[in-house]
Amino acid sequence: MLSKRIIPCLDVREGKTTKGVKFKNNVDIGDPVEMARFYYETGADEIVFYDITASSEKRDIMIDVVKRVADAIFIPFSVGGGIRNVDDMRKALLAGAEKISVNSAAVKNPGIISKGAEAFGSQCIVLGMDVKHVGKKENIPSGYEIVINGGRTYMGIDALKWAIEAQELGAGEICLNSIDADGTKEGYELKLTSLISENVEIPVIASGGAGRPEHLVDVLKKGKADAALIASMIHYGSYTISDIKSYLDAGGVKVRKSW
Amino acid sequence: MIAIVDYDAGNLTSVARAVKHLGFQFSVTSDSGEISKADRIIFPGVGAAGSAMASLKRLGIDVAIKDAFHIGKPILGICLGTQIIMGHSDENDTPCIGMINGYVRAFKTNIKSKNGSRLKIPHMGWNSIRINKMHPVLSGISEDDEFYFVHGFYPDPENPEHVIGTTDYGISFASVVGHKNLFATQFHLEKSGKPGLKMLDNFCKWSP
Repeated sequence: MLSKRIIPCLDVREGKTTKGVKFKNNVDIGDPVEMARFYYETGADEIVFYDITASSEKRDIMIDVVKRVADAIFIPFSVGGGIRNVDDMRKALLAGAEKISVNSAAVKNPGIISKGAEAFGSQCIVLGMDVKHVGKKENIPSGYEIVINGGRTYMGIDALKWAIEAQELGAGEICLNSIDADGTKEGYELKLTSLISENVEIPVIASGGAGRPEHLVDVLKKGKADAALIASMIHYGSYTISDIKSYLDAGGVKVRKSW
Repeated sequence: MIAIVDYDAGNLTSVARAVKHLGFQFSVTSDSGEISKADRIIFPGVGAAGSAMASLKRLGIDVAIKDAFHIGKPILGICLGTQIIMGHSDENDTPCIGMINGYVRAFKTNIKSKNGSRLKIPHMGWNSIRINKMHPVLSGISEDDEFYFVHGFYPDPENPEHVIGTTDYGISFASVVGHKNLFATQFHLEKSGKPGLKMLDNFCKWSP
């Protein structure tokens, strides 16, 4: 039986993780490669990197990070942030990433999904979606709208419609981030997650709102997510991945327990 | 020297990195002559069977691999490589190399798990294997270990003797197949953490 995946998320700016990580031994680590290695060795099923480097000249630093990560860990990892075209995708894949995620670039130019899927296969292409609850409207029948720029720009696109369209264009997976839940540590957006997950054929990674292990049980059971993204709850040493997986296992969620 | 076969079927850097990490000499090559000279062969691949088989024929690699199989060199298939070694793939209705008799079949849509939940296609993520028969490449591997899969098709050998391990995903399918000096996994052992590296290491030391 397939396990639900637990996926640490690391934000990287100019080659450093933006939030230093305080592990249980109280060592601060801001190096994405060392963090990736730590999570690989302590039970992560996959790792997501977001390059939040502002200037495009410094983007090549991320490619170097990807290469070093690929030498250090032997589980899948994806890279997102600043991917604008097939060339950017190719660079990240050749550097050793398993998948690339596109978000606002795909909203502005949906063709990037089909071009990427054609060139590298759907399994490489993750659609990142930032979503806000706005209530049902004529152009937003699901009540959830696509936003970009960290939630500042409303795109007038229905989240469910976009998820289905992206799947048809060849996206192999969706990373679904609720801007409303993000940073609250009060749990994932369960309604949004189950709405998308039940209406697409491709796997859905839930993102935004994780603060305690029971939040993951909820989103993987009630939210029907295939995987859960976690960040601050493990970055600051509140929980280990192993703690979370034991909790999930006890809660009847199938997880990978041997690594 | 280990030849990692490059035939325009996906990104091979992860297989090469894993072999390098384990400390073995290798070369990533699409040259059939070089493949013929290698001591052992790793045959990976991601993508569709039709275009993969066309590339293999164009490069003469299909013949080189079959010859290597007949003279007893250890061969490791991974993912699409594991499908291409079968007789025929339903993907693009493709005749394949045929070192193991049988078909490559698509998962049916609308399959359900034992508890009734809908299973998505492709089968993507971590799953375990049930070991049908012990094999030197599985030394040190337990049924608690999990491996990383990404696939919509699976091998279905005619001879049950060729099924070394199975995995459950709605149905039970052959996730590890083998015959003589050939060993092949549907999952990506290069992306399956320590148990995957252990199997890769076992393969690199295997004398069938």
